[in-house]
Amino acid sequence: MSALALVLVVFGLALIGWLVARMRAATFRKPGVARFTALPVHYGYFVAICALVPALLFLAVWSLTSPALVTDAVIATPAAAALPPAGFERASILSEARALAAGRSHGAFHDLSVRLAPAYAAAQIRYDWIATAVALLLAFAGGGFAFTRVRPDFGARTQVERIVMLLLLAASLIAILTTIGIVASLLYESARFFRIVPIGEFLFGTHWSPQVIDARDPGASLGAVPLFWGTFFIGAVIAMAVAIPFGLMSAIYLTQYAHATTRRWMKPVLEMLAGVPTVVYGYFAALTVAPAVRELGLAVGIANASSESALAAGAVMGIMIIPFVSSMADDSIAAVPASMRDGSLAMGATQSETIRKVILPAALPGVVGGILLAVSRAIGETMIVVMAASGVATLTANPFASTTTVTKQIVDLLTGEAEFDSAKTLAAFALGLTLFVITLALNVVALSVVKRYREAYD
Amino acid sequence: MTEPSRLPTDWKAAAVQRRTRRRYAAERRFRLLGLAAVWLSAGFLMFLLASMLWQGASGFRQTRVALPIDLAAARLAVTPAQLSGRGADLALAGAGLEGTVDAAATRAFGAQGADLLSDGAWLVVRDAIERNPALLQSRTTIDVPVDSAIDVAAKHDGTPAAEAIVARLTARGALSTGWNLGFLAAADSTDPTRVGIWGALKGSLLTMLVTIALAFPIGVLAALYLEEYAPRNRWTDVIEVSINNLAAVPSIIFGLLGLAVFLGTLHLPRSAPLVGGLTLALMTMPVIVIAGRNAIKAVPPSIRDAALAVGASPVQVVFDHVLPLALPGILTGTIIGMARALGETAPLLMIGMRAFIAAPPSRLVDPATVLPVQIFLWSDDIDRGFVEKTSAAIIVLLVFLLAMNGLAIYLRNRFETRW
Repeated sequence: MSALALVLVVFGLALIGWLVARMRAATFRKPGVARFTALPVHYGYFVAICALVPALLFLAVWSLTSPALVTDAVIATPAAAALPPAGFERASILSEARALAAGRSHGAFHDLSVRLAPAYAAAQIRYDWIATAVALLLAFAGGGFAFTRVRPDFGARTQVERIVMLLLLAASLIAILTTIGIVASLLYESARFFRIVPIGEFLFGTHWSPQVIDARDPGASLGAVPLFWGTFFIGAVIAMAVAIPFGLMSAIYLTQYAHATTRRWMKPVLEMLAGVPTVVYGYFAALTVAPAVRELGLAVGIANASSESALAAGAVMGIMIIPFVSSMADDSIAAVPASMRDGSLAMGATQSETIRKVILPAALPGVVGGILLAVSRAIGETMIVVMAASGVATLTANPFASTTTVTKQIVDLLTGEAEFDSAKTLAAFALGLTLFVITLALNVVALSVVKRYREAYD
Repeated sequence: MTEPSRLPTDWKAAAVQRRTRRRYAAERRFRLLGLAAVWLSAGFLMFLLASMLWQGASGFRQTRVALPIDLAAARLAVTPAQLSGRGADLALAGAGLEGTVDAAATRAFGAQGADLLSDGAWLVVRDAIERNPALLQSRTTIDVPVDSAIDVAAKHDGTPAAEAIVARLTARGALSTGWNLGFLAAADSTDPTRVGIWGALKGSLLTMLVTIALAFPIGVLAALYLEEYAPRNRWTDVIEVSINNLAAVPSIIFGLLGLAVFLGTLHLPRSAPLVGGLTLALMTMPVIVIAGRNAIKAVPPSIRDAALAVGASPVQVVFDHVLPLALPGILTGTIIGMARALGETAPLLMIGMRAFIAAPPSRLVDPATVLPVQIFLWSDDIDRGFVEKTSAAIIVLLVFLLAMNGLAIYLRNRFETRW
C-alpha cells in the first residue's frame, strides 16, 4: 500500500470514529438531564484525534527510519557480501539498486545493483506491510480506547480544547524554530568557514577572488571588504539617492497637496512598484537600463563605463524602494499633530514653508526610521544585482564602474560546481551571516526610532 | 513707560511685494516638484510595464513558412490502424517522418532548406496527419514554424543572412504568423521556438500548493494564539520579536536555511517543489501571522463578550465567532503573501531549482523550476530568440500577480466588515 493511500485510510478511520462517536453521544441528550459538559461533536473530535495522532506520528517517524532499516535488511542478504567496503561506490550501488527496485530507473551502471534490486524490493514490501499493520493497529487501538470513554460524565470538550491549545502553541513556536534554524545553520557553517579562514582576514581583507583560491592561504583571496563596500554603494548610496527624493516628495505631495481622488488612485499605483517581482526589475535593469547607463557614461567621457555598472543596478533598486520610503514617510507625516501645522499656517507661512520647517522636522525620526528599513531592504535585495551587477569585486566609488554585492556573491558561490563544504560554499554562509546581522541591526534600530517618536506625540 | 511705536507693515512696499512673490514662487516650485515625483514614479512603472508588453507580445506569436510536402510520394510505412491508436506518435516518428519533412524543405527552399525550419516543425506535420490521416495519400502544403534566427529576423532585426532569407520567403508569399500555442503548453527547451512556460507554471503551482498548505494553517493558528490566548510574558515577547524579524529577513537568507536544513541535513531531493514550497512557507508564514493578527484585532471585543456571556468556552468563542469574522482579512493578507512568494526567485536559486528541466513535474519530489526562475534562466541565454520569450513569460507572471492582487482587493471590499 502506498504511503498516501495509508494516510488516507487512517483519515477514513478517524472520520468513521468521528461519526460513530457523535451519533452515540447524541443519544445521551435526554429530557431529564439539563447540563452537559460537552457537545456530541466534541466526543467525535476526541475519538478522531485519538485515532489519528498516534498513527500519524508513527508514520512520520517510520518514514524517516525505514529507508535505513530496509538498507540494513538488504546488506544482511548473501548477495550483499560482494559489496565494496564503505565508500562512495558502495553508496552509489545501493542507491542504484533502490531506484531499480522502486521502478524509477531501468538501466543500471553496476551489475551488483541489478542483483541487489530484488532483495531491495522484497525488504521494501516486507517493511511496508509492517508499517501498514502497525499504523492500522494504532488507529484502531486509539480510536477504540477513546470510544470506550464516550460516556455522559466524560469531559470530552476539556480534552479536545486542551489539544487545540497545544496545537496553537506549537504553531506559534514554528516562528521561533525558524529563527533558531536560520541562526544555527548560518552560525554552524560560518564557524566551519572561520576555521579555514580567520575571521579578521574575512572581515577586513580587501582582495576578493573566489575563482582562484590558494589552498595554502585561502584567506588571502576571501577578504570581503570590496563586497561590503559594493553593497553599501549600490544599496545605501545609489538606490537611496533615487528612492529618498522620489519617495519623500511623493509622500509630501500625496498627503499635503493632492486631491483626495488623486491620492486614492496614485497611492496604489505607487505601491504596485513594490509588487513587481524583483526578477522583472533585474531583467529590466540588465536589458534596458544598463546599456543606456553605459552610453551615458561613454558620452560624458568615462572610458571604462561598464555594461554591468553599479549605477544601473542601484537606480533600478531605488525605483523598487520608492514605495517603502513613501509609505513610511506618509505614516510619520500623518502622525504629526494637526495643531502644529495649523499654527504654522496661521502665522502666515506658506504651505511649503510649513512642510519644510515644521512638518518635516517633526516627522524626521519616522522618516529616518523608514529610510533605514528601506536600506535594509535594499542591501538584502538579490535578483536585481544578480542580473545587472558584475561579479568582479572592485573597490571603487565610480558609479559607472562595475561592482559586486554580498547577495550577488552568495548566489555565485552556491550555484557553481563546487562540492558542498569547500571554502567557497562555506564563504557564502559567512556572507549570509554578515548580511543577516546587518539587516537585523538596521531593523531593530529603525523600529526603536519609529517607536520612540510615536510615543512622543501620542 | 513709553513703548517703541511700531509702524504698521506697508504691504504695498516694493521690498515686501518682491519677497511675497519670491515666497509664492518657491511654493509653486515645491508643489511642482512633488507632482513631478509622483508622476515620474508612476511613469517608471508604466515604462516598465510597457517595455515588457512591447518586447513580450511577439513571444506569443510565431512565424510560419508554408511547406509543400508530398506525403504520398514519401510512402511512409504506417498503416491507418496505427494512426488511430495511442501509439500514433511513435509510429510516425519510427516511419521517418522527420527525414521526410527535411527532404521536403530541401526540395522547396534549396540546399539549406532544412535549416530554415524549427526543430519542432515535423511535430506540426505529425499532428496534422493524426488529425487527418488522408493527408498521407496526398500532396499538401502545411504551415510549419521556422527556425529561431529567422523568426527573430521576421519579427525584429536579425542577422543579415536571416534577413535575406526572410526577404526571399516574403517575396514568395510563404511566410505567415500565428498564435504560438506551444508557448503555453510546452516546457523548457534549448530551441527558443519550442520553449513553453507550462513546465515552469506547473512547478510554480506545485510549489505554491505546498507553501499554502503549510503557511496558511500555521500562520492562522499562530496569529490566533498570539492575539487571543498568549499570556503576556517573556516567551510571548520572544515569539513576537522573532515573527517580526522573520518578516524583515532578506529572502536569500531563507534560501540558505533551506539549503542547509532541508537539503544538507534532511537530504530532501534537490530542485523539488516540496523543498521550494517548504522554504517559501517559512518566508510567507510571518506575513500571514502579521496580517492575521491585524484582522483578529479588528474584531470588536463585544463579539467575544457576547459569546462568553451565553456560555461558550474560550476555544468556542475563537473558532466559532472570532475566526469567521476575521477570515476575509486573513485571506486578503494570505493572498498578498502568496503573490509575493510566487514572484520570489532568490531562495529558490539556492535550493537548486535553476536546473534545465525539459519535462513538467508531476509529483512534489520531481525536479522542477518555477516561473520567476525560468525568467531568470531565459534572460541569461545568449540566443536572441529568448529575449521575447523572457518578456512573454514576465507578462504571464504579471498577469497572475495582478489577478491575485485583484482577488485580494475584491475580497477586502466585498467581505470586510467595518465596525
